[in-house]
Amino acid sequence: MLGFILKRLVGLLPTLLGITLVAFGLIRLIPGDPIEVMMGERRLDADAHAELVKRMGLDQPLHVQYLDYVVKLAHGDLGQSLVSREPVSREFAALFPATVELAMVALLLALALGLALGMTAGLKRGSLFDQGVMGLATVGYSMPVFWWGLILIMYFSVGLSWTPVSGRIAIEYDIQRITGFMLIDSLLSGEEGAFASACRHLALPALVLGTSTMAVVARMTRSSMLEVLREDYIRTARAKGLSPARVVIVHGLRNALIPVLTVVGMQTGSLLAGAVLTETIFSWPGIGKWLIDSISRRDYPVVQAGILISACTFIAVNLLVDILYGVVNPRIRSHR
Amino acid sequence: MSVHQPPAADASTALPYPSPLAEFWQGFAANRGALAALIVFASIALASILAPLLAPYDPTQQFRDALLTPPCWSAEGSTRFLLGTDELGRDMLSRLLHGGRVSLGIGLASVLMSMLPGVLLGLLAAFFQRSLSPAIMRVMDIMLALPGLLLAICVITVLGPGLVNTVIAIAIGALPGYTRLTRAAALAEINKEYVIASRVAGASTARLMFSTVLPNCMAPLIVNATLAFSSAILETAGLGFLGLGVQAPTPEWGTMLSAARDYIQRASWVVTLPGLTILVTVLAVNLMGDGLRDALDPKLKKLS
Repeated sequence: MLGFILKRLVGLLPTLLGITLVAFGLIRLIPGDPIEVMMGERRLDADAHAELVKRMGLDQPLHVQYLDYVVKLAHGDLGQSLVSREPVSREFAALFPATVELAMVALLLALALGLALGMTAGLKRGSLFDQGVMGLATVGYSMPVFWWGLILIMYFSVGLSWTPVSGRIAIEYDIQRITGFMLIDSLLSGEEGAFASACRHLALPALVLGTSTMAVVARMTRSSMLEVLREDYIRTARAKGLSPARVVIVHGLRNALIPVLTVVGMQTGSLLAGAVLTETIFSWPGIGKWLIDSISRRDYPVVQAGILISACTFIAVNLLVDILYGVVNPRIRSHR
Repeated sequence: MSVHQPPAADASTALPYPSPLAEFWQGFAANRGALAALIVFASIALASILAPLLAPYDPTQQFRDALLTPPCWSAEGSTRFLLGTDELGRDMLSRLLHGGRVSLGIGLASVLMSMLPGVLLGLLAAFFQRSLSPAIMRVMDIMLALPGLLLAICVITVLGPGLVNTVIAIAIGALPGYTRLTRAAALAEINKEYVIASRVAGASTARLMFSTVLPNCMAPLIVNATLAFSSAILETAGLGFLGLGVQAPTPEWGTMLSAARDYIQRASWVVTLPGLTILVTVLAVNLMGDGLRDALDPKLKKLS
C-alpha cells in the first residue's frame, strides 16, 4: 500500500512542476510591461518602477527567476500582495478554511441526497419516482451555478427572509478563530444562537455548490446500482435468505459505490470551479472570491498563488481518491 | 433471401439492414427526450441566427422612458416590450435573441477550436507512442490539473477579457479531453486487423491516421463535443457573470445576469429570463448528447 502511494506521488512530480511553470508564466506572459499592467490606475514614477522590477526579480534572466520562485515556494513563500502588502500565505491561511468548509458541506449534502435518491431510483426502476429523480438530476446538472444561487437568494433570502444574503455568520457574533471552520468555532464559542446563525449562512451556498455534484452522484449511483443488482452474488445473497435491506445495502450499495467514488473525485474540479462562482454570489470569504477580487484589483501575485493553490488542491484530492480507490478495490493497486 | 431471386434485385430493399444514417436516426429518435431536446435546441438556434430579423429593437438601444418595464404578462407590463426591459431600458427579448448568437457562437467556435487540435494531438500521441506521446500527455496532465473554469480564468488573466479571448480560454480548457479520448480510442483501433491490412497495403501514416483510424473513433468524440458545447455555454456565461467574459454592452446571457444582480429585489425578470434561457439551452444540448450517445455508442447505453 505504501509503495502504491509513493509511486503515485512520484508520478505527480512532473505535473506539479508544470503547475509551477504555469503559475510562474502567468505574470511573465502578460503582454506589455507587467508592472504597468499590475499597477493599472496607480501610476508609478521611474524610481518606484525600477524598485518594483528589482523586488519582483523581473530584471533577472528567466531561468534564475523561475528557480528563485520554486525555492521560495519550497519555503512556503507565496509572495506578497500588491494591495494589502501582506504575505499571500497569511491571507490564504485565513481564507482557505472557509472554502474547505463550504466545499465539504456541499459534498456531504450531495453525497447524502445523491446516494439516497440514486439508490431508491435504481431500486424502483421505471417508476414515477425514478423518472422524476432522473429528470431533476438532468436539470441539476445543466443548472448555471450563479443563476441558481441568485434564484435561491431571490426566494429564500429576499422573499421569505429565511436565510441571510451573504457572509459566514451574523455580524453581532464575535467568534474567536480557533479552527477557522465557522461551524466548529461557533459551537466552541458557546454563544447562544451562533451555531444556528452559521448554519443558516451556510445552507444556501452549500446547496448551490452541491447541486450539480448531487445530480451526478444520483445518476451514477442509479446506473451503478442497476448494474450491480444484476450480478450473480446478489442472487446468491437473496437465495441465502438475507433480508432485502441487507442485500441492497451490504451487497449492493457497497459494490455500487466504487464507480461513484471515481465520479466524486472527478467532481472536485467542478466543486472548485463552482466555489469561485458560489463565493462570488454569496460574498463568502474564501479562496474563490479572493481570486476573482484579486483579478479585478490586478493583484497578480495573489492570482498566481490562487491558481497554484487551486491546482494543488485539485491534485491532492484526486490523489486521495486514487488511494481510497486502492483501499476499496485491492485489484487496482497491483494494476498501476 | 431466396436463391431464385435475380441478382439484379434492388440491393437496398433486399438488405435487412438500414443505412447507417437511418440506423443512427432510429437510435436517436427512440429517445423521446433527445428528440424533444433537438426540436427545442433547433428553435433556439434558429431564433438566434434570425435574431436581426426577429428582434423588435436593437439590443443596445436604450429606452430612457421605459427603464425596468416588467414583461407583458404582468400588470404593469406593456406589449411594447414583450419580455420587459433591463435597468438601462433595453428590450430584454432583443437582448436574449442577440445574446443567443454570442453564446452559441462562442460555444461552437470553442468546440471547433479545441476539437481540431485536440484530435490531432490525440492521433499523434497514439501513432507515435515512443516519441511524441509522453510529451503530449504530460502537457495534457498539467492542463487537466486546473478545472475548466479556473484554467479559463488563468487564460483570461493573461489575455484580458473579451469575446475572442473567451473562446480561446474555453477552447484551451476543453482541449485535453479530446486528446485523451482520441488517443484512447485510436489505441484501441490501431492494432486491429483492418488497420494492419491498410498499413501492409502501403498506406501512409497520415492516411492511416485520418482516413482509416479516425472515422472509427468518431462516436465518443461527437458525444464529447456535444457535452463540451453545453459546458462551453455554461462557462461563457460563468465568465460573463464574473465580469471576465464578453464585455457590456454586447448582449451575452451571463453578462446580462451579472448586471441584473443589483435588481434582484425590484425586477425579478431581468434575473430570471437570461438564466432560464441558459438552463433550457444547456438542458437541451445535454439531452441531445444523451440521445447521441445512445445512438452512436450502444455500449455506453447501459450507463445511463
